[in-house]
Amino acid sequence: MSTPDLTTPLPVTDLGNRAAPRKGRRLRAFVRNPTFVAGAIILGFVVLVALFADLLCPGDPQDMAGPPLLWPGDDAEFPLGTDSLGRNVLALLVHGSRASLLVGISAAAIGLAIGMVVGSVAGFFGGWVDTLLTRLIELFQTTPTFLLVVVIVAIREPSLQTIALAIGLASWPTVARLVRAQFRSLRESDFVVAARSLGYSRTRIIVQEILPNALPPVIVAASVMIANAILTEAGLSFLNMRDPNVVSWGGMIGDSRDQLRNAWFLTALPGAAIAATVLSLNLVGDGLNEILNPRSDP
Amino acid sequence: MSQRPTNLLEVDKLTVAFPGHVAVREASFAIAPAETLALVGESGCGKSVTAFSVMRLLPTTARVATGRILFDGNDLLAASRAEMRRLRGRHISLIQQEPMTSLNPVLSVGVQIGEVLRRHERLSRRAARARTVELLDLVKIPDAHRRVDDYPHNLSGGMRQRVMIAMAVACRPKLLIADEPTTALDVTTQAQVLDLLGDLRRELSMAVLLITHDLGVVAQWADRIAVMYAGRIVERASIAPFFAKPMHPYSHGLLGARVDVDAEEHYLTDRLTEIPGSVGSAAGEAGCSFAPRCPMVQPSCRVAPPPLLELADGRAVACPITVAQAGATHGVAVG
Repeated sequence: MSTPDLTTPLPVTDLGNRAAPRKGRRLRAFVRNPTFVAGAIILGFVVLVALFADLLCPGDPQDMAGPPLLWPGDDAEFPLGTDSLGRNVLALLVHGSRASLLVGISAAAIGLAIGMVVGSVAGFFGGWVDTLLTRLIELFQTTPTFLLVVVIVAIREPSLQTIALAIGLASWPTVARLVRAQFRSLRESDFVVAARSLGYSRTRIIVQEILPNALPPVIVAASVMIANAILTEAGLSFLNMRDPNVVSWGGMIGDSRDQLRNAWFLTALPGAAIAATVLSLNLVGDGLNEILNPRSDP
Repeated sequence: MSQRPTNLLEVDKLTVAFPGHVAVREASFAIAPAETLALVGESGCGKSVTAFSVMRLLPTTARVATGRILFDGNDLLAASRAEMRRLRGRHISLIQQEPMTSLNPVLSVGVQIGEVLRRHERLSRRAARARTVELLDLVKIPDAHRRVDDYPHNLSGGMRQRVMIAMAVACRPKLLIADEPTTALDVTTQAQVLDLLGDLRRELSMAVLLITHDLGVVAQWADRIAVMYAGRIVERASIAPFFAKPMHPYSHGLLGARVDVDAEEHYLTDRLTEIPGSVGSAAGEAGCSFAPRCPMVQPSCRVAPPPLLELADGRAVACPITVAQAGATHGVAVG
């Protein structure tokens, strides 16, 4: 029997499908998603207001600007009325967006940072490291988030930094669990084996190979985390655990609850602002979930 | 070590155990520089585990029970983690079976190839990119300078495997381990990828450990063959004598089960030859693991696993019965 010749090369070139305009397609996926667009418009508006607060309503919003308890529309100078101390409600709302967004974003950033480090280490290394870190995550998760935040803020003085730190410290376990689950499935994937077969260090594999692939659900979680942080900050302000020198929406509600029966707009307006911002972040999160989900990719 | 070893890779009595079963038993083989050794066997016989042992990339549950793996005279099993990282990708490379999942989906192919060069050859970003385009050219990807910024999802399976090959040969490794490199590709693409591997092996004078179950591929691309069955190497031979006269009953069965285009068989009139039973029937067998499926089984086969008998011309067969027969009829010297 002679050596068989079963694999004669055939003259065919395997040209892949022509490079599609891929960046354009990604962008279109965002624009075509109504949930995402609605959320992004509201959120964009709030962010713009926060950025240009000093231009929209110059001066200290805490200054007494007019007679107290003016109703919206009573005076053209105060379109949204004044509160019991005669402060301009519009200026308070505009400047309050800063505190809310700042606390929301920095708390989420702290939570994300801790959660990603813990989650990726636990998920990648497994074994006793994973067991230890998982117990730590569970320990934090059994404590009610709000209670933990209240305790941390009560120990230190209630400044914006403390509040953001406290919310971040209370919210990282969610991210850690998410990242850990992603790492556990991705560390066995072929491209990670390929990366190891190319002699890359473990740090490089964690940071550059696995982490970017683990991000989509984390990005979705991040938008909801910002929303939750804003709500928690509002709750704290309502309980008077807030920085008295900084205007915030939750603080406005807390200040005005005595006027709930005679001037309900003083609590309703910041309440509506919080609701709209939180809603917009949740919409963005849902939209991102649909866009980034690989199963919904055409 | 001052004396230059003749073999690039020497695997000596390698045994790899997983909890509950032994995947590789006392496997020994060697690869000379620039030589292609085909490791052949059916699924689950320990081919990939052997390859991953050489790379020291076994799953954490696996344990190398005994054996030595010498690469260029250095014992890989005794090497530190950092030493292995220096070897991998630079002197020993791996091409995996699944090109669709072996590339990182979030990085462009140019970045992924360039990273190997930056890691091992300390090239600058610019130099790495220029070299990447050359490599894409080398693996015959058309429009290399444009393809370099493509992401894996823009490429077909064959193209992705070419990219994998480009990454594997980027640092001109001495040994390339190709773990069923064409199994996931369609037939026309298979031939092209194998052609490419054959060309590159000659140009870069690499040794190749080709893991496959396709005997057609072996016949055309390999210099020597090692047949594995249930974790053991049952026959080692050069290609021509092996295909002319397979000695081990399992090798015989493998060659018999091959579909031959010239044989004018038709599925309506002829049955394809097969080896009865499955590799799983070897479990719990005290003697030769092929005994339950072997047509020439003798009572002595079931007592103890037959040793690998060295014959002339570097051939070795783990079957005393066929060796005795061959010795009687052909007068081959039994070493």
